[in-house]
Amino acid sequence: MLKLANALIAVIAGVGGTVVLFWLMNKAVESLPETWENRLKPYVFIGPAVLVVTLFLIYPALRTVYLSFYDDRSENFVGLDNYGTLFTDPSLRLAITNNLLWVAVVPISCVAFGLLVAVLADRLSPRFESVSKSIIFTPMAVSAVGASTIWLFVYAWRPAGTSQIGLLNAIWTGLGGDPIAWVQVSNFRLNSFLLMVIMIWLQTGFAMVLLSSAIKGVPTETIEAARIDGASEIQIFWRVTVPQIMSTIVVVFTTILIAVLKIFDIIYVSTGGNFNTDVVANRFITELFDFRRFGLAAAIVVVLMLATIPVMVYNVRQFREQEAR
Amino acid sequence: MSVTPPPTADERQVDERTRQAPGAKGTGRRRRGKLLSNLALLFLCLLWLLPTFGLLVSSFRDEDLVKGTGWWTVFANLADFSQWTLENYSEVLQAGMGNAFLNSIAVTVPAVVIPILAAAFAAYAFAWMRFPGRELLFIVVIGLLVVPLQVAFIPLLRFYSTLGLTGTFPAVWLAHTGFGMPLAVYLLRNYMGSLPNEVVESAQVDGASHYQIFWRLMIPLSTPVLAAFAILQFLWVWNDFLIALIFLGSTEANQVVQLVLANLVGSRGQDWHLLTAGAFITISVPLLVFFTLQRYFVRGLTAGSVKG
Repeated sequence: MLKLANALIAVIAGVGGTVVLFWLMNKAVESLPETWENRLKPYVFIGPAVLVVTLFLIYPALRTVYLSFYDDRSENFVGLDNYGTLFTDPSLRLAITNNLLWVAVVPISCVAFGLLVAVLADRLSPRFESVSKSIIFTPMAVSAVGASTIWLFVYAWRPAGTSQIGLLNAIWTGLGGDPIAWVQVSNFRLNSFLLMVIMIWLQTGFAMVLLSSAIKGVPTETIEAARIDGASEIQIFWRVTVPQIMSTIVVVFTTILIAVLKIFDIIYVSTGGNFNTDVVANRFITELFDFRRFGLAAAIVVVLMLATIPVMVYNVRQFREQEAR
Repeated sequence: MSVTPPPTADERQVDERTRQAPGAKGTGRRRRGKLLSNLALLFLCLLWLLPTFGLLVSSFRDEDLVKGTGWWTVFANLADFSQWTLENYSEVLQAGMGNAFLNSIAVTVPAVVIPILAAAFAAYAFAWMRFPGRELLFIVVIGLLVVPLQVAFIPLLRFYSTLGLTGTFPAVWLAHTGFGMPLAVYLLRNYMGSLPNEVVESAQVDGASHYQIFWRLMIPLSTPVLAAFAILQFLWVWNDFLIALIFLGSTEANQVVQLVLANLVGSRGQDWHLLTAGAFITISVPLLVFFTLQRYFVRGLTAGSVKG
């Protein structure tokens, strides 16, 4: 209870403090001559936000780049050694390969399932449409840790001869197979794929919502015209609908791509990176906390950050285009 | 040819159905196709629902039953009330989840409320004031949306340990404030910028200062986006595992639900009666918010999709 009281005090102090701060700064600039007031006021408004972002994101990020050129204890300059380790160390290479596999599978699967649900639900009565969409969307509210627990229960394993409590093994043994400890089987990356299922389960709802509203925005005339020309429903979907919602598909795809690049919680909770399931962001935590190799850990996140730069550039360009209009 | 307005999405479905009936054979094929597509959707919905449903059912079953038989066997004898229990919940609440639940609230509320005001002021300036560096600074904000947060962790950890903040709530509040700021500024600025010029201009003609316009016009007009951001940030903070692990993980007394659940999975991975109850406690609050504020929730999530 004391903690909640503290939190309440923090809210009041935090909000009250910010209000007072803005009020004081505003009063201060208003007392200046008018030209100076107009010149400085915008900076008073953006000041606190810019300060927080600089202190908690920009400066630490630059500092991390700097640290990535230093050794484990951040004492001696080592040049590009950490980056060399990054691409030669077998366990890191495994993590990078797995990450690429995630990137190749998850975003496209989410888009595909999202499209499928959006199209199928669109044909139902409004009531069933909204029910089925809600079912697919609900996992968006579930945390990655919660989702991992939910699915680990589906993948649960009991020795042969005892009754299975995991749904997957129950089905599998029902079909005549021997019970399998699914998350430990890394042949053909089976366990990695099963962990990807968790992410797909979490993210498909997001894809579905955006894609569904895009599909509903496709002008009916274009579909009618294609139908009069004798196109089948499937042709209409691929040749008329999909091209018109392409920009939404790109947004959904890149958003999930960014999330998958940094995928961490699912792996940390379900396998801890064992059984050949490790990924880059989990490796970062391992290097940081278990091995305390700060230089290498820094290099890992710098590479992650570099991987997001194309998306960053794309976002900025989109913004510029919007502003120009 | 037609002068009727274009049909809405719902009308279109009806339209499609009636139009597509050229002959009995075609109708039969169509009906079969429709059945098939509905079955496919039903299958997907079951696939999405069953894992959570199994978890929920199991969390109320007796420990021996959870560990001994599949949750689907309950349907054989639903009326047998002796199999149901609340014991799992009381056990997991005492195993740290109860304390963690309070901690999660204590972490989440300030981390949601504190960034909003600073973000709103900045968003107003970006949307309605002219100043050198405006575009450059906003482009920096957009760039920061997708930056992996991990990139800030090592220097922040050191910074916090010199200040003695590691493992405390303020450490997490501040971190979430900083990490949530770019998205908050971005969302609020886009919304405020889309409000009509006349609103601000007429207020200026009446002699209102920016400070007054902000409080009397912008904040009331921006309620929908403020709510959407608050829900988004709430969800983000409550469900966050990474930041909690880094900045709170070392202090057991301050651990949040996600940490406790992850620890339970690691240390008591076979105790499914505890894990199911613990997982349900963990996901219950966001689910509750989801079902009560679904509209804002969807709006916030889709609007915030750019966050990294």
